Amino acid sequence: MLTRTKLFSASLNSFGGEPNSHIDSVCLGLPGTLPVLNRHAVELAMRVGLALGAEVRPSIFARKNYYYPDMPKNYQISQYDRPINVGGSLELPSGKVVGTVRAHLEEDTGKSTHVGGAGRIDDAAWSLVDYNRAGVPLLEIVSHPDLRSAAEAREYVTELRATLLAVGASDGKMEEGSLRVDANISVRPLGSAEFGTRCEVKNVNSLRSLGRALEYEARRQIDLLSSGERVTQETRHWNEDTGRTSPLRSKEEATDYRYFPEPDLVPLVPDPAWIERVRAELPLLPRQRRHRLAAATGQPPARLALVVERGQDELALETTEAGADPEAVLKHLEQNLADGTGRLTAAGLAGLITMEQSGELTSNQVKEVLAEMVTSGESPATVARRAGFEAVGAGELAGVVDRIIAEHPAEWQRLRAGDDRERKKMQGFFTGQVMRATKGQANGRDVAALLADRAGS
Amino acid sequence: MTAAPAAAIAAAVRAGERSASSAVQESLAAIAAGGELGAFNAVTAEAALARAEAIDSAVAAGEDPGPLAGVPVALKDNICTRGTPTTCSSRILDGWEPPYDATVVDLLNAAGAVVVGKTNMDEFAMGSSTENSAFGPTRNPHDPARVPGGSSGGSAAAVAGGLTTLALASDTGGSIRQPAALCGIVGMKPTYGRVSRYGLVAFASSLDQIGPMACTVADAALLYSVIAGHDPRDSTSIPEPVGDLNGALAGDVDGLRVGVVSELCGEGIDADVLARLESAAGALASAGAEVGEVSVPAAVFGLSAYFLIAPAEASSNLARYDGVRYGLRVAAPGATDMNVATRTAGFGDEVKRRIMLGTFALSAGYYDAYYGKALKVRTLVTRDFAAAYERFDVLLAPTSPTVAFRLGERTANPLAMYLSDVCTVASNLAGHPAISVPFGSGADGLPVGVQVMAPALGEDVMFRTAAALERLLPATASTHSAGAVTKGTAP
Amino acid sequence: MADRISRHDVAHVAWLARLELGDEELERFTTQLADVLDYAAEVEALNLDGVPATSHPYPVGNVLRDDVPEPGLDRAEVLAQAPETEAGQFRVPPVRGEAP
Repeated sequence: MLTRTKLFSASLNSFGGEPNSHIDSVCLGLPGTLPVLNRHAVELAMRVGLALGAEVRPSIFARKNYYYPDMPKNYQISQYDRPINVGGSLELPSGKVVGTVRAHLEEDTGKSTHVGGAGRIDDAAWSLVDYNRAGVPLLEIVSHPDLRSAAEAREYVTELRATLLAVGASDGKMEEGSLRVDANISVRPLGSAEFGTRCEVKNVNSLRSLGRALEYEARRQIDLLSSGERVTQETRHWNEDTGRTSPLRSKEEATDYRYFPEPDLVPLVPDPAWIERVRAELPLLPRQRRHRLAAATGQPPARLALVVERGQDELALETTEAGADPEAVLKHLEQNLADGTGRLTAAGLAGLITMEQSGELTSNQVKEVLAEMVTSGESPATVARRAGFEAVGAGELAGVVDRIIAEHPAEWQRLRAGDDRERKKMQGFFTGQVMRATKGQANGRDVAALLADRAGS
Repeated sequence: MTAAPAAAIAAAVRAGERSASSAVQESLAAIAAGGELGAFNAVTAEAALARAEAIDSAVAAGEDPGPLAGVPVALKDNICTRGTPTTCSSRILDGWEPPYDATVVDLLNAAGAVVVGKTNMDEFAMGSSTENSAFGPTRNPHDPARVPGGSSGGSAAAVAGGLTTLALASDTGGSIRQPAALCGIVGMKPTYGRVSRYGLVAFASSLDQIGPMACTVADAALLYSVIAGHDPRDSTSIPEPVGDLNGALAGDVDGLRVGVVSELCGEGIDADVLARLESAAGALASAGAEVGEVSVPAAVFGLSAYFLIAPAEASSNLARYDGVRYGLRVAAPGATDMNVATRTAGFGDEVKRRIMLGTFALSAGYYDAYYGKALKVRTLVTRDFAAAYERFDVLLAPTSPTVAFRLGERTANPLAMYLSDVCTVASNLAGHPAISVPFGSGADGLPVGVQVMAPALGEDVMFRTAAALERLLPATASTHSAGAVTKGTAP
Repeated sequence: MADRISRHDVAHVAWLARLELGDEELERFTTQLADVLDYAAEVEALNLDGVPATSHPYPVGNVLRDDVPEPGLDRAEVLAQAPETEAGQFRVPPVRGEAP
């Protein structure tokens, strides 16, 4: 989570840095030290809970006991049977609603690097431990088994990430581990009501990996079942290089975490006023922004996900409110503004769309003008004038057309007397001549209309 | 045998009538002479003398070093001291020097006290005799063949033997009060949360409290008032301010309602101890207190909950000693093997027993039957006490079922040793304050302590009662007559 | 009495607690732990129906710290306490298997 300090102590929560440079007595679990809960981490957890529509409840912390060198105390402080957020759901752009079971606070572990043995954990000669990450606040969000495909899983994580970014809870960087996904997957025969045996896939470090890992794992499980074998419930490791999952080395025995209430911390009891204050700080969520834009544009929310994801929905709304055609607005945002809207204003975009639709600018000119507006923030008229995209006036254009006809009598005759094919060909010839004469500033539709008029057809 | 009271030393040092250096030198000399007691794990002579000189310079410069100016204080060796080894009398912390001072150490320094050393204890405070120490046992100044009690036996022997004026110790199930009783001094466990645990190496986090040991009730109150108070570094610290105790110490007990806990007046308590308790109750009654008997069943059955809660928390608190970051490491080919080899070599039997007991109580399939049930019993303990405090202002009980026992007498039978805590654990479970005050002697002329218990944040009335007992003692027949009926010692 | 905890149970908790017991120790600890559990079983006589659990002796809540950084520990000082270090990190024998 995006806090300045750790969940229970005041050393820095920051990615990277020299090993063991962001450590203190508490996060290192030195004898005699005691945890004190970070208020901001709690409020970020509440923000996420409220964004998911979860119930923010009185909660306690527990100790989850197990030995691992990167855990300074050999227990992790985590919320267990009384988490801060219970229930809730996330609506995806497609309209699908994924239920969330809980979202609870816990501390991160340090990081082990396995040295020697070509980096393979089971062959390492020794391990090195860096505790910079130890005690960093984490929020674990558990979803219901509502996702039915790798694509849905990706959509869910994308939407969740967008929500976390919106409320400021996380920077969502999967490659830095600030968003981690443990994906559980099972398969079942068509028509079966019961879920199959699931496997948990770890080490999924990007959205792309998530999709690949789930596709692979689904295939693996289907193959097993098809050949009459059974799926074993286990945790599997995704290997990005081989594109396969493999079982993690099984423990010598079942893990027994021996959870019990953390005696060094007191209950967290958010009162209604506190909850409402946090709720009031919430920004509009991606889902709400999609729906807002949908109402303004008449488009389905699914189509608007991209514009919202890029943060261009505000501009889209204002431009639409300024009277521009919503379809044109969305088209420009989707196709021409993938790299950002820069200094483009709603009034500017609306003006440009008007010029485009009235024929003052050709579609190529519109693109050029738009690009310039993004960098300069100027009005479309200013940019178009400077670029020499002065639209050719109707009277002027008629003069040009008449002159071209006079200069090419034979061709004109072919246009008037020829068959459809010949006429089309000659229309192209005359349009090209007019365009050349006007340096491309004539509107194609206007030229066609004038030619039709002179041909008397 | 005992040194001048802390209050007198501090007053003289603050007034420039005696030097802190002389007080500290006296203490260091006494520590050197009393080496056979095995009270200290480490003596910080050089630092103590330097600090005493600094205090003397401050006084010379017209500054006030504080209410404990120049008073020598010993610290139980589970209280962290920056740059000085803190061992918990365990091999597993071999060589570890904390990079920070405990909050109570900061407070002592701010009050002008001078830390003279770290005292011996049962390993990780687990024990009632100070025999479970990697550095050998501490002996009772009243009889070197006997234990000083525990787990804070080193601090108790240091104060009782006159090696230091004051000491800090920790109390999880009686570890301050029981050794205080067995060594004939005053030892007090504050309300849970009243004194910061920051820098106290944890045994059982929901039960541990740091408290004072001293020769007099007034000195104990003085030391308590220095270390008590809110600490933002301890989430379980109580925010309410600490009141002034001077009035309490001078107050009388006229009309005070004193309940003698009937469950702690019978089976399992030696007759000499009971005789002293009766004498104390009688003294308070003669001073105007309304003394009655009160049944607090939890005072005894709490022990069974304590056996499960304290080891459960300890099993988790002591998991961090794994040979990775500090302290002992015993080499082995893999990380897990190294953890096992280190812990197996680093912990003594008693610590291993409690870790295993606690691990069992928390493990899958047994949690509900053991740990879960113990937490409910804890609720009953609190209710029982609440009911008793509706009728009484303080409760009176023995501190220990017996006087000091001989070294080795109970080491073969852990359960018998655990029963030494029968009178004291309930206060820890309830989080209430309690104090042991010397009240004459019992069998073989050994000291007997009586215990005054009070409700949460009732330190004021607790100290008032304790001070009254101390004043009333000389007027009572203070020795146990030989040949009196002796009930069986704890099983 | 001995059925409250078996030798197998004691061996299991010793493993969970990362302790190794010799045969004699296993025997002795099993008997001693059984004694204690037997005593602790006294609570079985109590009626605990509907009694809530107490895990904290003094009721306080919402103890929170502002999210303000404070200087941490000096790395050299911390590493100086470690049994073995390398390149600013704590060095340990090879870890077999990932964390659960």
